[in-house]
Amino acid sequence: MQNDNSKHEHHVTGYGTYILVWLALIALTSITVTVSGIDFGMAALGIALFIAAIKSALVINIFMHIKFDEAIFKVFLLVSLFTLLVIFILTFFDVVNR
Amino acid sequence: MSNGTVAATEKNFYEEGTSRHKGILGWLLSTDHKRIGLMYLVTIASFFIVGVIIGVFMRLELIAPGPTIMEAQTYNTLFTLHGVIMIFLFIIPGLPAIFGNFFLPLQLGAKDVAFPRLNLLSYWIYLIGAFLVLLSLVLPGGPIDTGWTFYIPYSVRSTTNVSLAIFAAFVLGFSSILTGLNFITTVHRLRAPGMTFFRMPLFVWSTYATAWIQVIATPVIGITILLVIIERAFGVGIFDPALGGDPILFQHLFWIYSHPAVYIMILPAMGVVSEIIPTFARRTIFGYKAIAMSSLAIAFVGYLVWAHHMFTSGISDTARWIFSLLTFIVALPSGVKVFNWVATLYKGSIDPKPPFLWVMNFIVLFSIGGLTGLVVGSLSTDIHLHDTYFVVAHFHYVMFGGTGTIFFAALYYWFPKMFGKSYNIKLANVGVALFFIAFNMLYFPKFILGYMGMPRRYFDYLPEFQSLQLVSTIGSWLMLITMIIVFGNLIHSLFKGKKSHSNPWGGVTLEWHTSSPPPLENFHEIPTVNHEPYDFSQLKEMDYESK
Amino acid sequence: MSQNDHAVTANDQHVHRDDIGSKMGMWLFLFTELLLFGGMFLIYAVYRFQHTELFKLAALELDTAVGTLNTIILLTSSLTVALAITALQKGNKFLSILNLVITIVFALTFMVNKFFEWSVKFSHGIYPGSEDLTSKQNGEILFFGLYYVMTGLHGLHVVIGVALLTYVLVLIIKNKITSENFIKLENSGLYWHLVDLIWIFLFPLFYLIH
Repeated sequence: MQNDNSKHEHHVTGYGTYILVWLALIALTSITVTVSGIDFGMAALGIALFIAAIKSALVINIFMHIKFDEAIFKVFLLVSLFTLLVIFILTFFDVVNR
Repeated sequence: MSNGTVAATEKNFYEEGTSRHKGILGWLLSTDHKRIGLMYLVTIASFFIVGVIIGVFMRLELIAPGPTIMEAQTYNTLFTLHGVIMIFLFIIPGLPAIFGNFFLPLQLGAKDVAFPRLNLLSYWIYLIGAFLVLLSLVLPGGPIDTGWTFYIPYSVRSTTNVSLAIFAAFVLGFSSILTGLNFITTVHRLRAPGMTFFRMPLFVWSTYATAWIQVIATPVIGITILLVIIERAFGVGIFDPALGGDPILFQHLFWIYSHPAVYIMILPAMGVVSEIIPTFARRTIFGYKAIAMSSLAIAFVGYLVWAHHMFTSGISDTARWIFSLLTFIVALPSGVKVFNWVATLYKGSIDPKPPFLWVMNFIVLFSIGGLTGLVVGSLSTDIHLHDTYFVVAHFHYVMFGGTGTIFFAALYYWFPKMFGKSYNIKLANVGVALFFIAFNMLYFPKFILGYMGMPRRYFDYLPEFQSLQLVSTIGSWLMLITMIIVFGNLIHSLFKGKKSHSNPWGGVTLEWHTSSPPPLENFHEIPTVNHEPYDFSQLKEMDYESK
Repeated sequence: MSQNDHAVTANDQHVHRDDIGSKMGMWLFLFTELLLFGGMFLIYAVYRFQHTELFKLAALELDTAVGTLNTIILLTSSLTVALAITALQKGNKFLSILNLVITIVFALTFMVNKFFEWSVKFSHGIYPGSEDLTSKQNGEILFFGLYYVMTGLHGLHVVIGVALLTYVLVLIIKNKITSENFIKLENSGLYWHLVDLIWIFLFPLFYLIH
């Protein structure tokens, strides 16, 4: 029952895909650095975090292969991220209104 | 099964180990989940007894107003130690590490957990953590006196061995994380053929939900503790208000873990209850899916309510009413469980053996604990009762009356399976009855004392509290006697007990399908599951004869 | 982490290999790391909310150029570790080893940069408990407290990552990790990407506040 590895098809990502993702990551980094020089006021933090989120999505999906792995891993990831989100929101109910 | 060898069928796991070593090393280096479970049992039960004895000394000090047998500083140390030992060394690891380890693979029809060596490592890490706690007692600087909650700013100012003691809690947390990670993977990867998610026994469900809390919540306390240590060691400004920090933020982070940790303690206990009730009512569990899902619901809702520990600490009014409201939601999945258990009993043919009686104890005590939880969960009443004996009574009813009672229930239920011996039923019944009396004598007066205004953690009190304090102290002596009977019965049976039938209670979950004690790899042949978990029609196939 | 290299036990059936299970365990471990750093990001968020202006003032001390350079180094090392996995899967042991070595070199370069960055701060008298720092305003003390703790803990993870990758490198050289059995390499790669992920957030939050 346990030795089902041989049956499991392993997805191999090509070198080209990885290099494309890396180029995108570098491009996003230069965007976020450039943008930080412009004064967007309160929106600046939002923009920086948005770009960071895109970069993480690329890393998690392609580099960390979660896009091609078992579906349950995605569920796990969402559970963890959702928990983190809930903790942030509830803490800020206190901090913002104190 | 990789190959169907059944060469070692005759030997049980005591006679055959996973390592070449014999004797004590054969245990300490064993990756067998059953041996690891038993090692946890011995270690955790020992710390429980230490915690009980500390509790008895605290009660003795409180027998009369003013100093009686110790100094105030000693008392501070004792209540801190009682909390640290009972919480971090007994009740958090207790049920998952002992019974989860022993029975999760058995109930799933697996040979072992997913990562047997990691499992042994968690045990070793637990031992190291326990050793560090003990070390913090004897090193110069003196034992920690902050209370088990380590609140800022006192915990960065206290000159006692705070850093070492909380580092021990960090280490213990690591052990807890590894156990949780192991159990989640085991449930996903090692279910026997035919064991679908909705055929898993409810103890597995609740242990699974617990494992998720262990994995997701524990790191938060880990980092919090680490930051306090860094703050103490290097004077980095994080929480200390003298350096601009926010002590309330520490309380947030502390309770973000420590409230879900309450469910680490109680969820496996609820799982055990869901095992014992069908077995002794000879009736399939009522609302199987509702109970299974309510475990996950409790695990999740447990994240939403932490700040109800902080109603009087200066958090915003908005946060206070939101958290108070959310707190009441926890009552829903807990209520689902209690009603389903009671519904299972309805028209069952109940066989009131000791494990079942422990569960009845649990339902009464836990209900009192749960209902008084509504009192302290309501914002307005909590303002009056916060940090009084009422809270102390509430969480002892929930933790000791809930999880503690089920620790004994599980021990009395699975003892024949774990050791292959039977115990004295009459003496066990006496133990249950005495426990109920002792428990209520010890803790019920505290509800009244707290309502009258007796603050918790105080060394001294006003003369008008004397009579109720005395009742409570006498209750603590009775509790000590009960513990001697309850543990004594089992220890005696271990050496002198009669050999037990492999299925003395007529249970039908997979652990009762194998011999007692089980063989090294749990089953002579990996079972194929084609029944619902509590389908008692299986008893005929299993050649079970009720006596 | 993995079951594949059990020592010989009394009973060999006790051992099984389950790559998906190993990877699941690794992911679960990564979630604990996520929540660990999540706790610190929460502290950061609260203090930044309470001391918005002072955080901006304090962040002027940090050098954006060094931060950007380190970001590029880490992103590239993430690429090379991913390439190392693909190379091994395709049976190209040499390319895999080469990529791993490059990853480790990048990681060490990152640490060297970090060392010089911290040294400059120290020489300016900005370090925990220093007179210069404690005489600053609360928000600035907190900013630097978090800066040292968060980048320090991240640095610790880089060091652990280097140790892990070196261990895996040795196993590949010794043919203990092969194109048939590479779960350890994959899991170490996952760990390394996590180190990268955390930095992706640390970078804008500390170096790019103006």
